[in-house]
Amino acid sequence: MKKTILMLLVLLMLTSLLVGCGGEEEVTTEEGLKVGIVLSSGGKGDMSFNDSALRGLERAKEDGLIADFQYMEPRETAEAERNLRFLASNNFDLVIGVGFMQEDDIALVSSEFPETKFAIIDAVVENDNVASLVFAEHEGSFLAGAFAALMTTRNELDGIKEDTVVGFLGGMDMPLIRKFELGYTSGVDYINEVKGTDVSYRVAYAGSSPAAFNDPATGQEIALSQYDAGADIIYHASGGTGGGLFRAAQSRGLYAIGVDSDQDWVASGNVLTSMQKRVDNSVYDTVLAITEDRFEAGIQVYGLESAGVALSPLDRVGVTVEEAYEMGNISEEDLARVKDMKEMIPQDIIDEIEEIREKIISGDIVVPDYMSQN
Amino acid sequence: MSGIEWNKVLKEMAISLVAIFSSFIIGAIVVLLSGYNPIQAYHALLYGAFGSLNNIADTLLATTPLIFTGMAVAFAFRCGLFNIGGEGQLLVGGLTAAWVGTFQGIPMLIHLPLTVMAAMLAGALWVFIPAILKAKLGVHEVITTIMFNYIAYSLVAYISLKVLARPGTVQTHTIEESAKFWRFSNLIDMHSYLNIGFVIALAVLVIVYYLLWKTTIGYEIRAVGISPDAAEYGGINSARNIVIALMISGMLAGLAGAERALGLFYNYRSGFSAEYGFTGIAVALLGRNHPLGVLLAALLFGILSNGRTYMNMMAGVPVDLVVILQAVIILFVSADLVFRRLFKFKKNGKGDE
Repeated sequence: MKKTILMLLVLLMLTSLLVGCGGEEEVTTEEGLKVGIVLSSGGKGDMSFNDSALRGLERAKEDGLIADFQYMEPRETAEAERNLRFLASNNFDLVIGVGFMQEDDIALVSSEFPETKFAIIDAVVENDNVASLVFAEHEGSFLAGAFAALMTTRNELDGIKEDTVVGFLGGMDMPLIRKFELGYTSGVDYINEVKGTDVSYRVAYAGSSPAAFNDPATGQEIALSQYDAGADIIYHASGGTGGGLFRAAQSRGLYAIGVDSDQDWVASGNVLTSMQKRVDNSVYDTVLAITEDRFEAGIQVYGLESAGVALSPLDRVGVTVEEAYEMGNISEEDLARVKDMKEMIPQDIIDEIEEIREKIISGDIVVPDYMSQN
Repeated sequence: MSGIEWNKVLKEMAISLVAIFSSFIIGAIVVLLSGYNPIQAYHALLYGAFGSLNNIADTLLATTPLIFTGMAVAFAFRCGLFNIGGEGQLLVGGLTAAWVGTFQGIPMLIHLPLTVMAAMLAGALWVFIPAILKAKLGVHEVITTIMFNYIAYSLVAYISLKVLARPGTVQTHTIEESAKFWRFSNLIDMHSYLNIGFVIALAVLVIVYYLLWKTTIGYEIRAVGISPDAAEYGGINSARNIVIALMISGMLAGLAGAERALGLFYNYRSGFSAEYGFTGIAVALLGRNHPLGVLLAALLFGILSNGRTYMNMMAGVPVDLVVILQAVIILFVSADLVFRRLFKFKKNGKGDE
């Protein structure tokens, strides 16, 4: 009995010792611009949005625009608000929130700290100190659709089948992903119209909850069924669910189009191109704007013109793929496979896509936007 | 139970504390090996949990749902049942509360209790089929309650996103003023969303204690838990008690959902539950299925979950390390046989007590 109490006391003492010798409470202050970023649910290493945003800050740091940055990974929905407030109250000059889930949190915290600058990616918050960084996904998806439609008619190419069918795999059925879909199918329709081809498309969604963005098993099933229905190229906007598409493409020796980041290396030789949302560029631009004292609140659309959305290189291996090779994520054979595949893409299609891109920028082609239609 | 046997309670607590402390040491080693300063990390953790009034309130806010879900698991366990479906019952209860909470034109005096009761009822109904299957056919509740979690995920996602969603968002409409839980920030100047749900949780602990140890129904439930056959022989209807115990368990989980919907979020949204239903299992385990133990265990997990945010913010330690810490604690607590043996060995050696 005495032993037990003694034990408890010792434990208490040790614990208080641990508390006692902690360091100071504030975050170390450094010279220069301080940027804090609150990541979305995937956290660091999601090979998508978060990593892209961090890459942008990394580049800003290398270029000497910022001294350092701090990133946070909220684990619960309610934590993001606390993270944002912590950054704002610790005198960070710019606080960035990644993803539409932080819309309400940014709205709330940005009104509490009117002197601090905020940026939110993929959502719109109408406050005087918030820059809303949104992307013209429909434009990039239009290019992906046009590209897929042009490719699927070239039966002489390796892995391209007789049927002129292309596929679309969506993650969660929601307006933002519908925007990708409409852009993509409009791109296919456009090619049918100007080329007189008869390319059809299959569209499927993995589910109706956020879990549908992380369900590779369902993604694989949908991809296989679309391939079986004659599709040879499938574009996805489904986050981690796309992993299933890549597996399916590898197993059938057919093609996929990646999304968000350059995914050309993920299934080397089976991912023709990727519709990149250059979150890194938008973050970098925002930081640059602050250093040049021209930060602007309000909606900032990153489209084809500002390279906010772009297809990964069609005629050569992209930088990200080379990086993946250097990091040891893919082997030399993988790299060679990507190279062979890119070489396979006919030059006239590459030229055609470039032409369409310029037409969209100049306004000759107007890509329908699901968001403004609904 | 004739009074509390302090001797036994202290011993149980000592075992849990040794487990917790050992896991903190292992956690420190992990933090150190990952290249961070463990003292700084733990300091940030404790500062985050207790550093200010706001932080303490946030810790209690994180504790609240775990009291409900922990008690839900513990209650079923007293009847020998393993309710793994707490997560699903919580979600169904939460969505129900968020829906009933949007009803307009009802005075608060009626609306608030109505909403809370609807959530409890939804939680209870969600476990009704598994309960009947267990009581009548002997289908193992672990399987059925898990399966019902998956049904809940999909159903709740469908209803919240397709039927009740505010257009263009992944949230339902905000509930009416008359259904909102009173927040402490109305009285004290702070950011925390700590609400009256915490007080309700404490009250529920007392009620459950009374129910289990001071009433006939509680006696019967515990008797079935110890041995269904013996209870049956003694004239207790096992089947009936199984259904009652599981439904009360479901009610408690539903209450957890009500607190999140009415006190924290004011609506239902994706990411509504941070797996409180599953953490509840660990809370019940650590709390030895006793209301007081559940309170302390829930508090510990509340401290960890609120503190880890600050560990991330102040010491730059990735939150995953705190998740490792939680896992190690659970591991140690469930492997408490080792500590029991350790204590026994000492006792035999010195002949204390």
